[in-house]
Amino acid sequence: MLEPLFWIVRRDLTIAMRRRADVFTTLIFFAIVVSLFPLGIGPEPNTLRLIAPGIVWVGALLASMLALEQIFSADHRDGTLEQMLLTPQPVALLVAGKVMAHWLVSGVPLVLMAPLLGLQFDLSWEALQTLIVSLLLGTPTLSLIGAIGAALTLGLRSGGVLLALLVLPLYIPVLIFGAGAVEATVSGLGGQSHLSMLAAILVGSLVLTPLATAAALRVAED
Amino acid sequence: MSDATNEPELEVHALSCVRGDRVLFRDLSFTLGSGELLHLKGQNGSGKTTLLRALAGLLLPESGEIRWNGSNIRRLREEYSRHLLYLGHLNGIKGDLTAVENLRISATLDGFSLSEPRAWELLAEIGLRGHEDLPSKHLSQGQKRRVALARLLANDARMWVLDEPFTALDVAAVQLLQDVIRRHVKDGGMAVITTHQEVAMIGEHTRTVVLGQKHA
Repeated sequence: MLEPLFWIVRRDLTIAMRRRADVFTTLIFFAIVVSLFPLGIGPEPNTLRLIAPGIVWVGALLASMLALEQIFSADHRDGTLEQMLLTPQPVALLVAGKVMAHWLVSGVPLVLMAPLLGLQFDLSWEALQTLIVSLLLGTPTLSLIGAIGAALTLGLRSGGVLLALLVLPLYIPVLIFGAGAVEATVSGLGGQSHLSMLAAILVGSLVLTPLATAAALRVAED
Repeated sequence: MSDATNEPELEVHALSCVRGDRVLFRDLSFTLGSGELLHLKGQNGSGKTTLLRALAGLLLPESGEIRWNGSNIRRLREEYSRHLLYLGHLNGIKGDLTAVENLRISATLDGFSLSEPRAWELLAEIGLRGHEDLPSKHLSQGQKRRVALARLLANDARMWVLDEPFTALDVAAVQLLQDVIRRHVKDGGMAVITTHQEVAMIGEHTRTVVLGQKHA
């Protein structure tokens, strides 16, 4: 049952390994966006510490959105996507595999990079830990929700902008609880409850979004 | 499962397809049974590809029904996909993967496992000896098509839906593919193909449907 899922993940990771440049563009974008703020706002440590959680999170969110288009577009162009819809496997399962591979390639590097960027804002060790955990719980949700948008805008000419308009509003809850968790840790309240909410959103998206994405893909190939 | 009887397995009933505002065909009906080959003819733009995509279940027809063993393929979905092998204009292979990897992955997704030696064997059979290990993007157009066609040899689907399978193939490959299709049909399989080439291959069980004649 899970073998096709495993193969899809393996396939997409193999392809990503053979074209590594795509991974780095997302990562560099993330680093640049987040670094612009200290440059623009000025080196006042108290201000920076205050805005850090929000900025790192917004940066991660934009970077993850930037990578979304690649989930299905190549498969759509070379016909592997239509073949995927014609296999005896449940399409939602294959979608889950593709999103998982996408997150491993584009989400995990963001999570690993974030504490480094957080240091620029003089975040405490505890706050950095919470940042990592919140991103670890939040970025898979971003990929899962984003996949619906990517599927809906497949093959459209100005798909990139439309994708942003579709997906960004849906990212708001994740942003609120993600940045909120770090803020709560900074202010000494503890981010536990925010993290629990993030985990709940992740579980919900994990169950529901592959079904929606699969339906959207069917429409896109019609 | 019915064996070599003339009970039709695929029934197309009063099918109509519309692209944009244009009616491609209306009230199209035909059946296809074990050991039969359907050659779909028609000018460019007469709706051949659309019909094939509808037969594959990728495209929702405007009206009418496509039935597989009596049930609508929309309802069967994955159950129907198990018996179907569709090859469209796009080859459905990944340029960054080698021919062997492409073949093995599509086999796994089709629900059976293909060992690596067997994959090499099949690729040699389809005329790709010496190219099995190259990333497919370095192959020529015809060689890419052969990678896609290797699935025909690997798969045991009963129903083949092939859209212009001879495109980009050289004379030897056309010959080979004709043999493969003939063998498949003789063994009780079914095939629906479109091609602009004269198909000499096909024996007495060939049927022809011409699109875009009287329906305007």
